[in-house]
Amino acid sequence: MRAMTYRGPYKLRVEEKDRPRVEHPNDAIVRVTLAAICGSDLHLYHGLMPDTRIGHTFGHEFIGVVDEVGPSVQHLQVGDRVMVPFNIFCGSCWFCARGLYSNCHNVNPNATAVGGIYGYSHTTGGYDGGQAEYVRVPFADVGPVKIPDWMHDEDAVLLTDAAATGYFGAQLGEIAEGDTVVVLGAGPVGLIAAQSSWLMGAGRVIVVDHLAERLAKAREMAYAETLDYDEHDDVVVELKKQTDFLGADVVIEAVGAEADGNLAQQLTGPKLKLQGGSATALNWAIDAARKGGTVSVVGAYGPVPNAVKFGDAMNKGLTLRMNQTPVKRQWPRMFEHVRNGHLTPRQMVTHRFPLEDIAEAYHVFSAKLDGCIKPLVVPGAN
Amino acid sequence: MTEPDVPSAYVRDKRTAPPSREELRARIPGWGADLDPADRPSHPKLQYPADTGAHWHFPDRQPGSAGRERSIEHAFVTPVFGTAQPLHGLSGSIRRLAYDRFGEGRLAHWLLLIAGDRVDAWESHLRSLVTGHPDQPVTETGVRTERTHGGLRSRTGRSDRRHQVLDPVLVAGPWVAGAGAGALAVRRLARLLRR
Repeated sequence: MRAMTYRGPYKLRVEEKDRPRVEHPNDAIVRVTLAAICGSDLHLYHGLMPDTRIGHTFGHEFIGVVDEVGPSVQHLQVGDRVMVPFNIFCGSCWFCARGLYSNCHNVNPNATAVGGIYGYSHTTGGYDGGQAEYVRVPFADVGPVKIPDWMHDEDAVLLTDAAATGYFGAQLGEIAEGDTVVVLGAGPVGLIAAQSSWLMGAGRVIVVDHLAERLAKAREMAYAETLDYDEHDDVVVELKKQTDFLGADVVIEAVGAEADGNLAQQLTGPKLKLQGGSATALNWAIDAARKGGTVSVVGAYGPVPNAVKFGDAMNKGLTLRMNQTPVKRQWPRMFEHVRNGHLTPRQMVTHRFPLEDIAEAYHVFSAKLDGCIKPLVVPGAN
Repeated sequence: MTEPDVPSAYVRDKRTAPPSREELRARIPGWGADLDPADRPSHPKLQYPADTGAHWHFPDRQPGSAGRERSIEHAFVTPVFGTAQPLHGLSGSIRRLAYDRFGEGRLAHWLLLIAGDRVDAWESHLRSLVTGHPDQPVTETGVRTERTHGGLRSRTGRSDRRHQVLDPVLVAGPWVAGAGAGALAVRRLARLLRR
C-alpha cells in the first residue's frame, strides 16, 4: 500500500509499505478514504516529539471503510463506513471506565502519561497512522463509529480530532453565561472553540492570531472579534485594555508547541528542542485571564519541560484545565450541533492534497503558505 | 478620572453588561444550546459510561510482547501495542537504554529518546543510499511549494519570518556538515595513501 513515511525532521515521502494486518482479535483494518493533517502533526514533522522513528506513518484524523475485522469484533462489518477517534482506547481500564478515553492505560506501553494515538510516534504507542491507504484500528468495538448518512465526509474527518478538541476546549473553560472568552489561535481547533464558546453562553469572544486569513475566518464562521498580535507591542496589555482591565473570564489556549510571538521561545522550543515546545501561548493565556478565571489548554506540548509562568497562575488563583480530548464522549452532542449548523467544521478546509503530494502538503501547512488553514489528504487521488 | 470612568476591574460589577440573550440568539446560530454547564458532554469530568463497547474485563493480550520496550512506570507491556517500527541499530540501543533505565519523570529519558531520533535519521539516510530508493533531501521537504503556493506572497508582513528563515539552516545544515566532513575524510585518506 502507499503510505506517508517520516524521513527525519522536515522530510517526508510516500513509500510502499505492507498493508497492516490484524494483530489482535479486536482489530479492524480500515481502508482510508479521507485523512487530514493536524496542527499537532507538525510537532512530529519538526522533530519535536521524542521517539518519532524513521518510517513512521503519521495521521490521527481519518475516516474510511472497514476492510477486515478480527475474530472478536462484534459491532463492525466489512464495508461499514467509519469515523475513528484519534484516541486508541480499550473501553475497560480504570480510566476508560470513568470516561477518560484519552487517558487509556491499556494501549500505550511506551508511556503512562499519555494514551494511545494513531500515527503519533512511539511515545503514544507506536501505531502507524491514517495518512495511508490502510490503517490498523485496535479495539474496533470501542472506538470507531459508523458515519451517519447525512454527514459530509469532510465534517466527519474533522470530528475525529480538530473539531472535537475545539468543542472540548470550550467545555474545559467552564464558560458561564455572559463570560468574555479569549481564544488564542485561529487554527482549526481555535475556530471551533470560538464557535463552541457561543453555544455555552459566552457574551463576548475574542480570537487572537497573527495570520490575516485565519482572523478573517474567525470573524466569518465564529462571529468573533479578532486581535492581530503583530499589531500590538504587548498583546496581553491590549487584551487587558479590551476587557476593561479585568482580563478574560476564560482563556482557551488552542495553539500548543509551535506558538509564535516570542523569538526566544521559538528558538529554544521548536527549533532547538530544549523545551517541549514554545510556551508563548500558554504564558499569554495565564497573563490574559482575569484573577480567579479559567485557562483551558488544548494545545499539545512535548514531554520535555517548558518555561511556563507558573507563579502568575498561582498568584492569580487561576483554574487550569486540560487534557487530550476524549473524542467519542463529544460525538453525540456534536453530531446534533453539526446537523443543526451550529458547528461548521468543513468551513475550515482550505486545501486538499493527493497522498502522493504529502511532502508538499506538510510544507504548505507548516509554513502557512497560500492561506492554508486545514489541509486534507486524499489517498488514491491524482 | 471620575468614578464612572474607573474600569471594571476596580469596582464591583462589569461596567458593560453583555448583550441580551435575544440579541445573541439573533446574531449567533445556536447561541446558548449548551448553556447549562451540568449538561455538557465533559461534565462531570469522571463519568461511568454504561456501555463503552468493550465486551471484556481485561483485553486479550496481543501476541509478540516479549522484548518490546516499555516505560518502567508500566507494570507490563500493555495488552495492545503498536508494532510500527521496532527498535533496531544504534538508535535502538539508545532508545532501549532510555526505556530500561529512566522513568518518564526523568529528563534523561526524553533526551536519550531525542538523541535516538537523530541517530535513527542518520542511520536511515545512510541505509537509503544502498537501497534503490535513496533519500531526496530537497524533494522530501516539499520546498517546491514555495514557488507553486506563493512562498513570498504568503509571508508578506508576517512576524514568523524571523524564525522561519532558520528552517533551511536546520534542514540543510546537517547535510552540509556531513558532506564537509566526508570531503575532509576523503582528502585525508588520499594524503595518507600518497605518502
